[in-house]
Amino acid sequence: MRVWWSLGLLRSELVTVFRRWRTLALFGVLAGVPLLVGIAVRIETRNGGTVGGGPRGDNGPAFLEQVSNNGLFLTFASLAATLPFFLPMAIGVVAGDSVAGEAGGGTLRYLLVAPAGRTRLLVVKYASVLAFCVVATLVVALSGLIVGFALFPVGEVTTLSGTTIPLSAGMLRALLIALLVAGSLVGIAALGLFVSTVTDSGIAAMATTVGLLITVQIVDTIPQLHVVQPYLFPHYWLSFADILRDPVQWTGIAKNLGLQALYAAVFGSAAWARFTTRDVTA
Amino acid sequence: MAQPQAAAPGESATTVGAPRTAAEARAAVTEAAEQGGVAGDTGDVVIETRRLAKQYRGTLAVDGLDLRVPRGSVFGFLGPNGSGKTTTIRMLMGLIQPTSGSARVLGRPMPNAARSVLPRVGALIEGPALYGFLSGRHNLLRFDAADPTADPRTRKARVGAALERVGLAAAADKKARAYSLGMKQRLGLAAALLQPRELLVLDEPTNGLDPQGMREIRALVRELAADGTTVFLSSHLLDEIEQVCTHAAVMARGRLIAQGTVAELSAGSRGRLGVTTPDVAEAARLLAARGLTGLVTEEQKVIGELPAEPPDLAELNAELVGAGVRVRGFGLERTSLEDTFVALTGEGFDVAG
Ligand SMILES: Nc1ncnc2c1ncn2[C@@H]1O[C@H](COP(=O)(O)OP(=O)(O)OP(=O)(O)O)[C@@H](O)[C@H]1O
Ligand SMILES: [Mg+2]
Repeated sequence: MRVWWSLGLLRSELVTVFRRWRTLALFGVLAGVPLLVGIAVRIETRNGGTVGGGPRGDNGPAFLEQVSNNGLFLTFASLAATLPFFLPMAIGVVAGDSVAGEAGGGTLRYLLVAPAGRTRLLVVKYASVLAFCVVATLVVALSGLIVGFALFPVGEVTTLSGTTIPLSAGMLRALLIALLVAGSLVGIAALGLFVSTVTDSGIAAMATTVGLLITVQIVDTIPQLHVVQPYLFPHYWLSFADILRDPVQWTGIAKNLGLQALYAAVFGSAAWARFTTRDVTA
Repeated sequence: MAQPQAAAPGESATTVGAPRTAAEARAAVTEAAEQGGVAGDTGDVVIETRRLAKQYRGTLAVDGLDLRVPRGSVFGFLGPNGSGKTTTIRMLMGLIQPTSGSARVLGRPMPNAARSVLPRVGALIEGPALYGFLSGRHNLLRFDAADPTADPRTRKARVGAALERVGLAAAADKKARAYSLGMKQRLGLAAALLQPRELLVLDEPTNGLDPQGMREIRALVRELAADGTTVFLSSHLLDEIEQVCTHAAVMARGRLIAQGTVAELSAGSRGRLGVTTPDVAEAARLLAARGLTGLVTEEQKVIGELPAEPPDLAELNAELVGAGVRVRGFGLERTSLEDTFVALTGEGFDVAG
């Protein structure tokens, strides 16, 4: 009974996060990406041409080339396009604002005297940010799926290894990829939560988190800094493409998830240490 | 007993009746407190602090605070801006860690026992804070959900009742962003009243309210007190404290400079007798002979402090009349809390740095 009662705060938090206009606007932007990509590909391939015929960047699999042959690839292409910045920025906004926004608005003190309990509140906040990660990723994936199916032919899926698998298996892998992408955001979610416990300004926390993301993404592309790169949270993000190999290669994926877990543990503990001892004066 | 000074000639009439120096007022009040004005039994103390202190980065906001709030009292917490009232309340509610000293609320140490203490405490701290994008009702539902001891089955009903109680039922479904200051204040109060509470801590509860709203809040406070809730409220409005509070404490520059019952605080411990008459010299001589001290003589009036064992006032009056003093007015003067407050905290308008 008591456990059920404590879930009230989580429910309230989820409702509060997902009812906000800001959240809906972020979802709108995320859902718009596959639509834009789909339309662009459609226009470019109208006369039977292909997309991405030029030299391929080394930081992403060429899903785009396949979109016009198989609409399902729009889902993969959209996830690959939003994972480096759009998705983590959205997470940065929500995670950065999670505690700092309440502190800035003064509602944090009323939650604490309710009493929400500092640990419980922090856990609930992190849980709601993770829920946002999953939903945001699913928004991109579903939008990609719908637009892809609407604009392009759909059929058997050619894997990156050149083999073909049935559409149903391809759909299953798409779902797996969406979950992996959501899982890739666990690290930045914890980082944002920590930043959020340090300041009383939601805007400052969001800006700091997004700034950190951009910095880390830049560092990850500078060859001279390769020593630190394996420890950067986005380093293995694009490993999700390995799901589309036949057979699936798990090493990169495991490294990615391990790194995310490490970030979650480190920054989760830091956030807890900070939040449970800090003075709440705002 | 502090020896009152002789009446200073030419003393301004506006301060007559008030203790003339801060030191004198403090002496009188401290004495009153020691005489048992504040409950001495620990079981009856709802808030108790020992040498409580808080230092923000640079400033010492609260210093060596020994506060005792008796159960069942309506306790006024007074002090000029920046004197440390809100800081004290934050420590009592476990929002900030004291630099030194300890605090007990409802008999348990804070902030360690916050989980068991706070569900029994309703609080309004430094004004209301709301989610602008939620309606008033949803704000309350959220704050109630944050309390793990609150029963979700009765949540809706309790939220409705709290809204009703502060007169917000009609505006309950408006977004809180669109609330006026007074409406926000009322919603904050409603949040403090979501459950039956043993203690209500209200930091400037009537801030921003219209006169009607202030009256309602005062009535509400009296009603809650009648139900046995202890109410601890900070305010700048001395009238308000005088009207609703049974006890009060005065802070200045982070230190507690007086606490006791409102009656003791506003009168010192002694009564003051005022005699209105054209024959002031003769009246003053007679009053002094009957043990009155600290006599202040004005053009048409003599005021003095009654001795510890006051003479029968009817006899005193008869004696004055018998001696040919034309008595036009005779009675005990009520010193206002404001006079005491100013005497204790100083007249200056500037906030202490
Ligand atoms: N978060 C803070 N950081 C640093 N100093 C602070 C902080 N909050 C308050 N102070 C300082 O502590 C002192 C006491 O402030 P506090 O808010 O407790 O006063 P108060 O009695 O509530 O005043 P008011 O009547 O204006 O509400 C002031 O000198 C103030 O400058
Ligand atoms: Mg204050």
